[in-house]
Amino acid sequence: MEYRGLDTGRYHRVLGWVTFVMLLAALYFVFLYAPLEKVMREVQKIFYFHVASAWNAFFAFFIVFVSSIIYLKTRDRRWDTVAAISAEIGVLFTTLVLITGPIWARKAWGIWWNWEPRLTTTLILWFLYLAYLLIRSSGMEGEKKHLLAAVFGIIAFIDVPIVFFAIRWWGAINHPEVVKGSGGGLHPKMLHALIVSVLAFTFLYFYLLQKGLAIERCRQRIQEIKKVLREKFD
Amino acid sequence: MKFVVQVGNLVWKDLTNEFRTKEMLSSMLIFSFLVIVIFAFAFNPAQATTREVFPGIIWVGFSFAGVLGLNRSFTTEKYNDCLMGLMLAPVDRTVIYFGKVITNFILMVIIEVISLPLFFVLFDYKPQGNPWLLIPIMFLGTLGFVAVGTFLAALSANTRASEILLPIILFPIIVPVIIAAVQSTAGALTGKEWSEIGRWIKLLAVYDIVFLAVPFILFDYVLEV
Repeated sequence: MEYRGLDTGRYHRVLGWVTFVMLLAALYFVFLYAPLEKVMREVQKIFYFHVASAWNAFFAFFIVFVSSIIYLKTRDRRWDTVAAISAEIGVLFTTLVLITGPIWARKAWGIWWNWEPRLTTTLILWFLYLAYLLIRSSGMEGEKKHLLAAVFGIIAFIDVPIVFFAIRWWGAINHPEVVKGSGGGLHPKMLHALIVSVLAFTFLYFYLLQKGLAIERCRQRIQEIKKVLREKFD
Repeated sequence: MKFVVQVGNLVWKDLTNEFRTKEMLSSMLIFSFLVIVIFAFAFNPAQATTREVFPGIIWVGFSFAGVLGLNRSFTTEKYNDCLMGLMLAPVDRTVIYFGKVITNFILMVIIEVISLPLFFVLFDYKPQGNPWLLIPIMFLGTLGFVAVGTFLAALSANTRASEILLPIILFPIIVPVIIAAVQSTAGALTGKEWSEIGRWIKLLAVYDIVFLAVPFILFDYVLEV
């Protein structure tokens, strides 16, 4: 019997080490290479992780959207698993965004939270995908659950741009726009640090996705073994 | 044309059923009265600040009452395998969706027509602007709410705790409708200029179109057993 468990071979291990090195590099770039910001000093460092988490969250939800569509078209269980794991990772990083944001805002704006458009949309995004995870754990069985989750994964993503533009109309945005073509007046060294940390987090995303898929494979394997054992003992 | 007749038949069936039992209408009506009363306690109607939150109160009341109705719209079809019967009917699946949307829409409009005057009376609210503008706003807002809500009600009806799940998945998605409806209602009631109100009404219309179109693609999957 072939054993395929948590350790899924060389590819997985290499990805793990690359992610590890990248994260170390990101720490170096953020804390030693990038200069201190004049006003906010050390607190500004949180910005690199904040932006990287936000990028990971959006990316993860985009993957949920795409793999939901592919699942509906092909009915291949693997795409459903990818969507499920990606949603979990997305919720994790959205939570990080929502935690690091207010810490930064306390220093920069003097308040933890205002109902500024981007904050509101991110919060709604968080609720949407929590609901997605709830559908997944709502005690339905088999293919039905995968179908409904996929449909909701698509619907939820449609709403994101709508929420974004809707709220955009109601007032000024004072969220710092860093990811503009010009770099938004960011010091070049800061920009380098940002790029490195975003890259590192992207690797982290793929590593976590890999890990999640491996765990899921383990779970399915255990189910199979249980079934075999039960048949033997009955 | 056939499509319209088929939808009409379904709506007729649902409404007859509803007017015989008056199950949903009565509970939705009582619920929206209760919302009015609770908000009247929470925000003193005599104060000036209440004028500012009034449009929000209206829509909170409608959407809470609406969820009650939406919850029932597919779960009642589960008894005696009625949903299976509907699916076996020789019609396009989207007919079922639109039939339910129109039924829910009619029920919500009945609730709104009865309770909206009560909101004004009990909060002693005197509108300054053009109250007739409320008619298209109510129409578009309710349509958006019902379009999304019916779709998600069908989705959650298959889960074990559908009554709990529906509000949790519905409210985040419905946020744009609530924002636009509240803003345009506030604009209409305080007599803002058309350019101000118009963009919110446009948003409502766009949202309605998007979410009436999406079920054409996805509703088949939701009903699939």
